[in-house]
Amino acid sequence: MRYLCLIYEDEKWWEKATPADMQQGVAEYNGFTEAIKKAGNYIGGEALQPTKTATSVRVRNGKLSTTDGPYVETKEQLGGYYLIKAKDLNEAVQVASRIPGAKHGTVEVRPVMEFDQP
Amino acid sequence: MQEAFAAALERWPIEGIPANPRSWLISTGRFKAIDRLRKNRREVGLEVDVIQELPEEPHDLVDDRLRLIFTCCHPALNPDAQVAMTLREICGLTTEQVAAAFLTTPPTLAQRIVRAKTKIRDAKIPYEIPERRDLPARLASVLHVVYLVYNQGYFTRPDLAAEAIRLGRLLVELLPEPEAIGLLALMLLHDARRATRTNSKGELVPLEEQDRTRWSREQIKEGAALVERGFGSRQVGPYLLQAAIAAVHAEAARSADTDWSEIVGLYDVLLRADPSPVIELNRAAAIAMRDGPQHGLALIDQILARKELTDYHLAHAARADLLRRLGDKPRAIAAYQQALALAVEGPERGLLGRRLRELGAEEMA
Repeated sequence: MRYLCLIYEDEKWWEKATPADMQQGVAEYNGFTEAIKKAGNYIGGEALQPTKTATSVRVRNGKLSTTDGPYVETKEQLGGYYLIKAKDLNEAVQVASRIPGAKHGTVEVRPVMEFDQP
Repeated sequence: MQEAFAAALERWPIEGIPANPRSWLISTGRFKAIDRLRKNRREVGLEVDVIQELPEEPHDLVDDRLRLIFTCCHPALNPDAQVAMTLREICGLTTEQVAAAFLTTPPTLAQRIVRAKTKIRDAKIPYEIPERRDLPARLASVLHVVYLVYNQGYFTRPDLAAEAIRLGRLLVELLPEPEAIGLLALMLLHDARRATRTNSKGELVPLEEQDRTRWSREQIKEGAALVERGFGSRQVGPYLLQAAIAAVHAEAARSADTDWSEIVGLYDVLLRADPSPVIELNRAAAIAMRDGPQHGLALIDQILARKELTDYHLAHAARADLLRRLGDKPRAIAAYQQALALAVEGPERGLLGRRLRELGAEEMA
């Protein structure tokens, strides 16, 4: 099974972080990524730029609308993700629990919809 | 509509767990068969060795039953669905019976179960016993479900309380972890007082007024022995500590004989193991018994000042009891009225009403 682990963290933490904090945070993520690569769980993963760089795109009645944001008032924002391989939800939760962001933010674990090959 | 849900439920065990569909069916079937055999053995007498009549693979049998329990109580499932699935799949209650116990309609409950089963399938919640490293957390959610079932049955549904105790026994048998032992002990020690907990009018009878000769000696003995067994493991958790407190109460022949120092000491440890304002409240009530009402009152006022238990009726009821014992009638009445406005359960409301009448105050509607 493939699971997408969506990492919701308070992005202000990264804004306020001292260079030393930042370095440690990045090192933790690098360490985690290496560990799940070695264990064979890793498929992909990226960190995202903060929500202030986000653009929302909608098409309604054939008309394109592009807006700044979304600026939803939430404490935690989507800050990155991992796409992982796991034998079941228990293994996926085990992997997700080791994502550094899980210690202060929330990791949402979503099974990937698998479609039959044509 | 209901039939459609029922059909979906019946079909699910076959279609829902593609990884090992037969295992589910076999285990559920076996589960019920073993329970019947056990029941028969109890009725026939212990000399009949039922174990020999059972199919081979006793180890697999244990595993099958545990797998079912851990799947039904998986923390990734909706909490209500965990309870409902446990009662249906493990205790064998019908959807109608579970719905009645939890004051909901069978279609709503069936829908909740279908949703949980869909998640088991689509998110691939495995049908397995957790790995050792996950066991404490996973066992905690199983025990929580069992305790919820027990509490739901506490006042009005002895059948549910009995199911919870039966589940507790099963867990201790299959997985004798200290907290499982603690929960079983706790339920038995509470259940021992079932006959004296409410009076003929259905009002709650406080512990110090209960007729202790009518407590079940058998359950107290079993519960106390379990507490001792649990403490022998040296891994003492919240259920075991609560059971130990219940055992101290149960073993006092008269209310006045209660060893309050021991109880306060146990609450101190409990508060460290599982910090919560409700435990603080209970500790304050025990301190009031050991050191005098004014000491307990000061602690309760501190908790309420933190605005943590403002809407918890028992905080106001405990405060009212202490004010009453201090002879502060007006403040006691005000606190009882506050508790009554927040209390939901009939027996508790009954006792609060009685206290108010004894103080010469009217119950507010």
